Amino acid sequence: MLAILDYKAGNQTSVARALKFLNIPCIITESSVAVASARGIIFPGVGAAGQAMQNLQATGMGDVLTEAISRGTPVLGICLGCQIMLEMSEENNTRTLGIVPGKCVAFDPGWVEAAGERIRVPHMGWNSLKIVRPSPLFNGIEPDAQFYFVHSYYPCPAAEFVLATTCYGREFCSVYGKDALWAVQFHPEKSGRPGLKLLRNFYDYCVEGKNAE
Amino acid sequence: MLSKRIVLCLDVRDGKLTKGVKFAGNVDIGDPVESARRYSDGGADEIVFYDITASAERRGIFLDVVEKVAGQVFVPLCVGGGLSHIDDLDAVLQAGAEKVSLNTAAVKNPDLIAEGASRYGSQAIVVGMDVLKVPTSAVFPSGYQIYINGGRTPVELDALAWARKCQELGAGELCINSIDADGTLDGYELNLNALIADAVNIPIIASGGAGNPGHIHEVLTKGKASAALLASIVHYGQYTIRQLKEYAAERGVPVRLSW
Repeated sequence: MLAILDYKAGNQTSVARALKFLNIPCIITESSVAVASARGIIFPGVGAAGQAMQNLQATGMGDVLTEAISRGTPVLGICLGCQIMLEMSEENNTRTLGIVPGKCVAFDPGWVEAAGERIRVPHMGWNSLKIVRPSPLFNGIEPDAQFYFVHSYYPCPAAEFVLATTCYGREFCSVYGKDALWAVQFHPEKSGRPGLKLLRNFYDYCVEGKNAE
Repeated sequence: MLSKRIVLCLDVRDGKLTKGVKFAGNVDIGDPVESARRYSDGGADEIVFYDITASAERRGIFLDVVEKVAGQVFVPLCVGGGLSHIDDLDAVLQAGAEKVSLNTAAVKNPDLIAEGASRYGSQAIVVGMDVLKVPTSAVFPSGYQIYINGGRTPVELDALAWARKCQELGAGELCINSIDADGTLDGYELNLNALIADAVNIPIIASGGAGNPGHIHEVLTKGKASAALLASIVHYGQYTIRQLKEYAAERGVPVRLSW
């Protein structure tokens, strides 16, 4: 069973729909008991960092998450969930969970894409990954696979945690990881077949543990 | 590099798929759930459902369609048509859409854009604009006028000024539908799309007029659109999405070719 953390910030049901389609058992929950017994945790999120942090504090889900991580439960952060596992976000200068060193930074609308067009913010649409370090998350994902992104800020973790980058005007970190924790800036639940594969890989890791590597 | 998107538009009436030409003479051509799955498997980067159900009491059928699609199709879904209250937005987003497209309601009540953006985030709010070319005047300095009610009712609103206003209110994207080009298969209104794309920093989806692969290539380059919205050209089997994308890719446009 995977626990999808419910802290009143967005796309929990989209993630649950994708897992259901994959026949992966999951529960959208705000119960610390359910989280404690889960094989893995999905930490989604849509919206603003400040509001999300308030919700995490109000629901107690922030502590539940950090405790589960310290017990070694695998975690997959998605989009805003990816951003707020870092130490701070430039979005309203918000202090975030600080599980992985680094911060979340705003796109600079002055950046220019290879074709000469200035970037539009949010970065919205399909883009590819350049894999920097191998990870069980990437098993069986083709090199030209693209994923669906929607965001105005991007994660900037300490270099040693970067697993993949994406280019939008400049290269930014789109996947990072630390031990059994992973974070993706894109939406795997909306990224067609490669996205579903990534969710499947995460679940396989949760079930099979390090043997999956 | 960010891919330019091919967005498939499905008009739905009473839970069934239709496609109109110049906003009139719709005919049923299939099951929306099946079509959405087929287009997603065929490489559509995004799917828009436009609800043209006339009666409010039949909207439940439409929400069922959205929910079924969201359980089987894992690319972004946008829903438009008849959304006029924040509760309507809530219903379609709960049903599994990522985005809503506001049109007439946004013109009548621009606060709905701001309210939607603050509640769901800008990424969830698309403003659809039906635009007609008019002589340049003091009222319409850009030479483009906004129409509402499915392109039937003109309003005293300059398209360029309205586009800027939508961005300011928090819209995350603009879908520019040229009434002149819609259903003609003669190509998108390039000037209109480029004009608006230059005036705002949010992505533009060009709509209306796609008849061949060259038109799509053109609007994604000269027209400066981030996405091209298609219907007839694909609905009637004239081209596959892959053919259209490969044509653009061969000419240097970044598109998603693996799915």
